[in-house]
Amino acid sequence: MENKTTRNLYTIPYVIWVAFFVIAPILLVLYYSFQDLEGNFSLTNYRNFFTPIYLEMTLSSFWYAFLITLITLLFAYPIAYLLTKLKHKQLWLLLIIVPSWINLLLKAYAFLGIFGTYGMANKFLETIGIGSKQLLFTDFSFVFVSVYIFIPFMILPIFNALDKLNPTYLDAANDLGASRWTTFRRVVFPLTIDGVKAGCQITFIPALSLFMLTRLIAGSQVITLGTAIEQQFLVTQNWGMGSTIAVFLIIFMFIIMFATGTKRRRARG
Amino acid sequence: MDKRISPLSRIFLIVMFALLYLPIFYLIFYSFNSGGNMYDFENFTFDWYKELFQDTRLLIIVLNTIVIALLSALISTVIGVLGAMMIYKIRSSRTKNALLSLNNILIVSPDVIIGASFLILFTIAGIQLGFYSVLLSHIAFSIPIVVLMVLPKLSEMSPSLLDAARDLGASRWEVITKVVIPYITPGIFAGFFMALTYSLDDFAVTFFVTGNGFTTLSVEIYSLARQGISLSINALSAIIFIVTMLIVVIYYFLTRRGKKSPDLEVLK
Repeated sequence: MENKTTRNLYTIPYVIWVAFFVIAPILLVLYYSFQDLEGNFSLTNYRNFFTPIYLEMTLSSFWYAFLITLITLLFAYPIAYLLTKLKHKQLWLLLIIVPSWINLLLKAYAFLGIFGTYGMANKFLETIGIGSKQLLFTDFSFVFVSVYIFIPFMILPIFNALDKLNPTYLDAANDLGASRWTTFRRVVFPLTIDGVKAGCQITFIPALSLFMLTRLIAGSQVITLGTAIEQQFLVTQNWGMGSTIAVFLIIFMFIIMFATGTKRRRARG
Repeated sequence: MDKRISPLSRIFLIVMFALLYLPIFYLIFYSFNSGGNMYDFENFTFDWYKELFQDTRLLIIVLNTIVIALLSALISTVIGVLGAMMIYKIRSSRTKNALLSLNNILIVSPDVIIGASFLILFTIAGIQLGFYSVLLSHIAFSIPIVVLMVLPKLSEMSPSLLDAARDLGASRWEVITKVVIPYITPGIFAGFFMALTYSLDDFAVTFFVTGNGFTTLSVEIYSLARQGISLSINALSAIIFIVTMLIVVIYYFLTRRGKKSPDLEVLK
């Protein structure tokens, strides 16, 4: 038998990583959230967070995240459902995923052109007789682009859930006289709810925290929690307040993860 | 497409696919526009590509991005594999789950929080913001995904395989290099590729922890895009699109070789 300490040497890098890059950052954010601008311990930041300005921002951030998640779901579910009916479904699914591999910034940048004053969207609006509108830097474009970005991540788990669905259940429902809507409502949807939850989780958390989309597409029209954190850290240099908002974002994240009940998902954007 | 879906559904799917790819092809299309904007196509030109390849600053940034991606993927794969082995060996399921939860924190955390907390960390640790801070952050957020890719491979490995190797007189080192590593190689490759794409894709974390002298492509695109439209970005995105497609195809065939259908759930 070799020496026990030398045997466990290989665990050192990973343990260091857990200590310095997982535990330490969380503690540091927590520590900074209790510091005011002069570096003294105080609850000022938390008091500030509960003022109408920040509460309103949090609420609007949640509203947008909710809207984005809902619209994404409304499109993603039928797409995922139809995809499972196709012949080469794995290939089609791959085609859905490919755009998500393109850098997010490039996609946002593309919409700068499409939604621009003379862009394609306005040309389309003119052709159908509505006339050109200010699209860029509105909350509409923010929601549209976000839905565009998140839809592959929503389709993926729903597709997987639908794909695992046993088709004999549908036959059974059909035989027992259920209409197509009843079958969907009572059989298909409940059996794929885990995929829906996972998709909502993947969409909702980044929708709360993305800041580059808001900056590029929505201008100053939309402020999300992510934008506020970025603002406090990199513009105002008020790390204390930024950390406080981050603490709340982490708390919201845990609540959402608890509510949607699935772990091991990457929320990124 | 199949006959099992109605024509209306088919139209819906076609429109959705078209919408999904429209922005990407829109970008690529206007990268050939001599007019210099994204709405009025004048003449076909390669000027923006020429400009792109003459822009040494941008080329250095591309190089930086690739170096960071390769280095961080390599290092995080090594640490991630070691971590997965460590988690695999833990017997108590409670410790195991606790460690797995810790492992997954960086996967579920929003990028802004990772970026902000790493910024605090590097400032306190006295690490200058630049190449090393970006590299360290990329390694840090890639490790958990490597662990998640490798761990299932380790768990599905039959313990009798290890017993057999030991019975036949293999040393601990031989068991690991001759039995374990070859068995989990698909997981290691998947982890490496994921780490690579996470690093190439990352904007928010890098944006927080990069200093004045160092930028990656995402950050550069962001600052260029904030100034408005420049068709060099379009040219760049066309090239990125082709490279991405190549990587996807390679990845698709690599994972396909191992099993019948690629496990797309883990792609992102």
